[in-house]
Amino acid sequence: MCLAVPGKIILVKNRNAEVDFSGVKRAVSLDLVPAAKKNDYVLVHAGFAIQVLEPKEAEETLKLFKEIYAQSEGDAFSGPLAHNRP
Amino acid sequence: MRNAAAERFSSPLWRDRGLASAALSEMEKLALLAAAKNGGRVNFMEVCGTHTMAIAASGMRRLFPEGLRMLSGPGCPVCVTSQGDIDRVLSLTAIPGVIITTFGDMLKVKGSKGLDLHAMRESGADVRVVYSPLDAVALAAAEPARQVVFIGVGFETTAPVIGAAVARAKKMGLKNFSSTAFFKLVPPALELLLSDPGNKIHGFILPGHVSAIIGLEPYRFVAKKYRVPCVVTGFEPLDILTAINMLLKQIVSGKPAVEDEYFRAVPADGNPAAKKLIREVFTVTPASWRAIGTVKNTGLSFSKAYAAFDAVKRFGIKYKEAPEPKGCRCGGILLGKALPPDCPLFGKVCTPSSAVGPCMVSSEGACAAWFKYGN
Repeated sequence: MCLAVPGKIILVKNRNAEVDFSGVKRAVSLDLVPAAKKNDYVLVHAGFAIQVLEPKEAEETLKLFKEIYAQSEGDAFSGPLAHNRP
Repeated sequence: MRNAAAERFSSPLWRDRGLASAALSEMEKLALLAAAKNGGRVNFMEVCGTHTMAIAASGMRRLFPEGLRMLSGPGCPVCVTSQGDIDRVLSLTAIPGVIITTFGDMLKVKGSKGLDLHAMRESGADVRVVYSPLDAVALAAAEPARQVVFIGVGFETTAPVIGAAVARAKKMGLKNFSSTAFFKLVPPALELLLSDPGNKIHGFILPGHVSAIIGLEPYRFVAKKYRVPCVVTGFEPLDILTAINMLLKQIVSGKPAVEDEYFRAVPADGNPAAKKLIREVFTVTPASWRAIGTVKNTGLSFSKAYAAFDAVKRFGIKYKEAPEPKGCRCGGILLGKALPPDCPLFGKVCTPSSAVGPCMVSSEGACAAWFKYGN
């Protein structure tokens, strides 16, 4: 029930936003993240953005995975590093 | 078996197979060291239904080293809601002219008389599933002659969302909207588990989205007072594997701490605006937990300023202790004392299509996850 999905803000009007979830657009309230703005990535739970996501930190996480598991056997890195989910 | 399950870690990178297998090799080494330090088995617990589902769906449980066990804790909101509170939800449907609005998860949770919201709807009650509590507020505005009640259950992730919807209803001056506030708090739940001297929990995979609201500070006591490792964790397979390795490292080093693997979504101080809203709309109260009973300071209900929106008060719904379904071991599972196959009902009389206990009813309950993915 604590499921939350990342999406990108494409429009802000008052504290309501239109958020793009990989092509599906939905109205999302920004009441809980008042500083969020257009082009930010947000984590959305039950119609509310609950946190602003940092794409840079997502990239950093992936970089860390890559470093920690650098000795990995097999077919690592089949996907692009800049992944579409922040 | 190993390859088939590893297949499921397909690209993109969050699920990269090579990285996952490297993480698992590291886990094997660390688990040996941790087990030696621990004097035996290592038990970790996830405290979030979404983690329970992510772990089950990935198939990673079968790849864990021998001696490492993941337990599902009290992380599924529907599952931890007491039988008495489920009965209160069901009795709300008897109010003349009421519209009950709820998240879908609550529909099939049975009360002590074997009925659920779905059955009430079939016998004429107006029960509607909504995506957001804001949909329920909009419905109240559109139907001024009807009472609209939202069934509010959940943890710190959901409380501010419902609180914000109620705050909007207050601003709009809606007199026909109310909600239940059967909210539970995660840190006190951890304390409940840890204060049992018989507990065998050696580390927590902490819930990512609860932590996105409350931050890291409320968990410090787990590492400090109980010396149990903690890692706030994301929901991709690599997040979970990495977090398990971080927990193992904490055991090996003998330095329990609260670490943040999910820092892309969880800043140390969480979400200050949401925390402020929680303080405004709610107050910390006793909450009644399945299998545990009523415990003080473990839940949230409406504050004085928002008491008018409390459905339980508005309609005078009383709380009555009610027994759990006979034979059901949901309680033991929530406390980390049993796994789903330990329950005599599991997979026999209790299946997703005819569930006895809430751990099978909820799509993210431990039993439902175990049944669906067969691990």
